Amino acid sequence: MTEYQELTGKFFINGDVACAEGAISAGCRFFAGYPITPATEVAERMSTRLPQVGGIYIQMEDELASMNAVLGASWAGVKAMTATSGPGFSLMMENVGLGVMLETPCVLVNIQRAGPSTGLPTLVGQQDMMQARWGSHGSYEIIALAPISPQDIFDLTITAFDLSEKYRIPVLIMSDEVVGHMSEKVVIPHVAPESLLNRRRPEVPPGEYLPYKTDVGLVPPMAVAGEGYRFHVTGLTHDERGYPVMTADAQDRLIRRLVDKIRLNRDDIIKYKETQVEDADIIVCAYGITTRIAQFAVKMARDEGIRAGLLQLITVWPFAEERVRELSLQTKAFVVPEINYGQIVLEVERCAGGKARTILVPHMGGGVHSPETILEAIRETAQ
Amino acid sequence: MGRKEIRVAGFGGQGIVLSGSIVGKAASIFDKGFAALTQSYGPESRGGSCRAEVIVSDVPIDYPYVVSPQVQIILSQDAYAEYGRNAPPETLLIVDSDLVKIDPSQNPKPLSIPASRMAQDLGRPVVANIIMLGFLAVRSDIVSCEALKKAILDSVPAGTEDFNMKAFELGYNYDIEHGSEV
Repeated sequence: MTEYQELTGKFFINGDVACAEGAISAGCRFFAGYPITPATEVAERMSTRLPQVGGIYIQMEDELASMNAVLGASWAGVKAMTATSGPGFSLMMENVGLGVMLETPCVLVNIQRAGPSTGLPTLVGQQDMMQARWGSHGSYEIIALAPISPQDIFDLTITAFDLSEKYRIPVLIMSDEVVGHMSEKVVIPHVAPESLLNRRRPEVPPGEYLPYKTDVGLVPPMAVAGEGYRFHVTGLTHDERGYPVMTADAQDRLIRRLVDKIRLNRDDIIKYKETQVEDADIIVCAYGITTRIAQFAVKMARDEGIRAGLLQLITVWPFAEERVRELSLQTKAFVVPEINYGQIVLEVERCAGGKARTILVPHMGGGVHSPETILEAIRETAQ
Repeated sequence: MGRKEIRVAGFGGQGIVLSGSIVGKAASIFDKGFAALTQSYGPESRGGSCRAEVIVSDVPIDYPYVVSPQVQIILSQDAYAEYGRNAPPETLLIVDSDLVKIDPSQNPKPLSIPASRMAQDLGRPVVANIIMLGFLAVRSDIVSCEALKKAILDSVPAGTEDFNMKAFELGYNYDIEHGSEV
């Protein structure tokens, strides 16, 4: 195996490749996946880069196995990732839940295409946003980030690994075909290993370690398989030892902690970006590629004298609930463009709670909105 | 300079996506501006109709698609029918004269160069796109000539640099030699 070859500099690369490079910079050394358009280039790049940095790439038989392999690698102490799209994301759902239940740090990238089913394999969609939140069964919280450019997906892939290590949870990168296949300049800096977050290791001697016992905070330290710490993991409801306990009490303790470790830390997790919202009568709320079209439309609206602003959701899950509530008190309406027939708009509407109107600007997929479509919605709302 | 847009269109295999990538790299890495490249994806980029669009700007780019192109490089009759024919008069239209028959009533002043034939004469048809970029370099200031050269050297397979530079110069000089006629 070769030494770690750091790749720094400026590159003109697409979002999929930038995502893979972000993972390498974040310290990811394991990728298991099953190629699928438009996420294939993530796998392709990882298959080239991982062997160069002493990591492992495995092309699996399908997406179920891919997600399981990623969980296994994480328990072996490695930062691990997979990437998929469309039907592959559906197939990974069960094991996303397993990752949540076992509190397994890992990153799952979804370069979204238009569905349902095989849909439009080569064309863009933002139609898995609710699946990202609720796609696995059970009551749980998840973290999902939405990049808007190749540079952004590079940066957010590092953030995704940091969050997954810190909170011991699968983190989803909910990108899309346009960001994945568009090429732009990406600056890859030197990422100092000490700037990256890593899961806390047990500080007690092996005999005293309980794999799901918390010490400080709600996230327990995680042992590495094979280092002498005894541990047991199961998808069944478990106690601090990791053994199954089939009672409502055990369920209550475990699920409350799994959910609260995210909910109570939402201020640390949730990131958003605001442009000209201070005096805005209309706030366009967007995420992913649609943010850039919305930016263009907001500029055109301002040129016409309409007081429009932009709220970009960088973290889509957990949802920026409190901020949307606050903004609903100072703005007249939210305009929500998304490449689906209404998903995140439901959250915006819920949080606006009737204080501000909420208008969906849907696109069924296969392309992005034209700036004029969003501008028209802003104009109509402004009247 | 504001926002500038270039579309390259033809069929898969003509090096259209690579041309777009070279222009984008030239603008954003070597000219230190911003560039966004979107392209055909899937079977059409490997034989069917193919298209690459590059937005170049001195500020970050929001909308990444062509609205009204400053330059269109058209390399097939189908692409001419789709994009070239109805292009606004201010769009600089560059065509491969052996591959595209222009409707003079629609486009009275296209710039044409027989890039594919010139590449064939050089012995390597694949460099037609590089000849075309050399031609573009003199005709448009969207990217600098130096940046284009650097981006080509950075993009082509090792060992083919000299040959590609030769192809670039051929396109560049064609314009110098035929400038008034084309």
